[in-house]
Amino acid sequence: MDWTALFLSLELAAWTVAILLPVSVLAGRFLAVRSFRGKGLAEALVMLPLVLPPTVFGFYMLLAFGRNAPLGAFWQDMFGHQLVFSFEGLVLASVLFNLPFAIQPAQRGFEAIPVALREAASCCGMSPWRALWRVELPLAWPGVMTAMVLTFAHTLGEFGIVLMVGGSIPGETRTIAIAIYDRVQAFDDHSAGIMAASLVAISLATITLTYALSARVGRRLS
Amino acid sequence: MTLSVSIRADTPIPLDVAFDVAPGELLALVGPSGSGKTTILRSIAGLWTPTTARVSAGGAVWLDTQARVNLPPHRRKVGIVFQSYALFPHMTAAQNVMAAMPAADRVEVERLLALVNLHGLSDRKPAQLSGGEQQRVAVARALARKPDVLLLDEPFSAVDRATREKLHAGIIALRAHLNMPVVLVTHDMNEAQLLADRMLVIDKGRGLRGGTTAQVMADPDALRAMGIREVAALLPAVISGPEEDGLTRLDTATGPLFLPGVQGAPGTRLRVRIMAHEVILSRARPVGLSAQNILPATITALVPGEGPGLMVHLAIGETEILARITRRAAAEMALAPGDTVHAVLKAMSVARDHILAAPSGDRADR
Repeated sequence: MDWTALFLSLELAAWTVAILLPVSVLAGRFLAVRSFRGKGLAEALVMLPLVLPPTVFGFYMLLAFGRNAPLGAFWQDMFGHQLVFSFEGLVLASVLFNLPFAIQPAQRGFEAIPVALREAASCCGMSPWRALWRVELPLAWPGVMTAMVLTFAHTLGEFGIVLMVGGSIPGETRTIAIAIYDRVQAFDDHSAGIMAASLVAISLATITLTYALSARVGRRLS
Repeated sequence: MTLSVSIRADTPIPLDVAFDVAPGELLALVGPSGSGKTTILRSIAGLWTPTTARVSAGGAVWLDTQARVNLPPHRRKVGIVFQSYALFPHMTAAQNVMAAMPAADRVEVERLLALVNLHGLSDRKPAQLSGGEQQRVAVARALARKPDVLLLDEPFSAVDRATREKLHAGIIALRAHLNMPVVLVTHDMNEAQLLADRMLVIDKGRGLRGGTTAQVMADPDALRAMGIREVAALLPAVISGPEEDGLTRLDTATGPLFLPGVQGAPGTRLRVRIMAHEVILSRARPVGLSAQNILPATITALVPGEGPGLMVHLAIGETEILARITRRAAAEMALAPGDTVHAVLKAMSVARDHILAAPSGDRADR
């Protein structure tokens, strides 16, 4: 059992969720409420990572993170190490790759709130931020919660992107999914089996827990 | 704190109206669905911005498209009751009311809920309340902000008839506590006539005719927009007492009425809505007739309509009621202003929700 890889995966998933939570709420609400020119394109862009093969996505990430690209060069100047094959690079790729999982369910959650409720909130004297906090978030919470669970579980299991952008540096970019692959390549089926089973258990536990939580929220709301 | 509204717009529907509402006054915007009444209300609240408009409440300008002033809804001190009520489903009745307060005030919440007769229900969620109770929570929430203007958007349309009667009575009772301008949007002439001080008939986005009920009812254009069968007048009456056969005796200026289903203590002042097309006229006092409510009246005017119909204005004491008859009948009877006739009413033609307590200060003559 490669504990370092497991913890690295959990850490990566935690960072991804932490960064994507506000993005999920704000972008999900924006797409649910506003209509603007190019909205279809924006929604398509958000969904793109879902249909692209991880290798294609990873390839472009590699290009963008490289020292010759503006982002990669900027990172190198700021932090003194390159973005490719680093944990930070992995987090960034993971955040981008999880955008559809983080935004789509939240957007559906906000869309389900009747327009009249938002109007009532503002006619009750609530500022937009207050209305978001007091009325919209409590009602859209199941959607946001689903988004975060999907993001977490999906990050734990992500393989292709990690391999493309991060490689397999122990303690830095070797996540549990990569470790399992490595073990299988080394004909170490026993270790691979233990880690695979652990991943199944953790994923199942996460999803069960959140469903239970959101059921409680649902009861509170109705 | 007068509300002044003037709106012009081309889309989504053409609008062209201007009106003022005085503090404590209730103005009804009446018109068929799609006439633009709700859009006017939304413009006052700031939920929609017309092309050219000015909305001010007291000294505060909420919207002035020329001066580029356009306050967002939460900065306009407005209370609104939505057609769907739009209560926050995750909050209790008390929390809904509190949500509209700048600072939480438990005592004030309970006072408001008591004002709309909801004591003991403050911890219920909207889903656990009946339609009528939800409407009253919505009214309490609209008042919680201490609004400078109260807006009611078809607030009685989502409940059954019996509940609606109770809610009407609730609003009349509440009027004594309201010192801000109130605007009621409704498609129901009966409702407008029973609740409002003044009404403005809206047709295809235009304000056709504004004024007291009697004035609007005498206006042919307004009548055409509302439908001639909606024409009615309010007759003040005082409950005299129950009769043995289950009818209630009401006294009017020129005689008694016997009507079914009227409740209230003797001495209670009422307004009875009498539909113009339900009134029969007779020169002599009829005998041997099944219709038993016969009131002597004096003809004040005869107003011919476009078709074969004719509107007869009848003075009964201080008030005027209307009778819609044919021109042929008027000619045969040789009716003329100043004549005394008998207005015949069938007891069963006065629906129960056409009888309401007169508001305090007796606005029955409006």
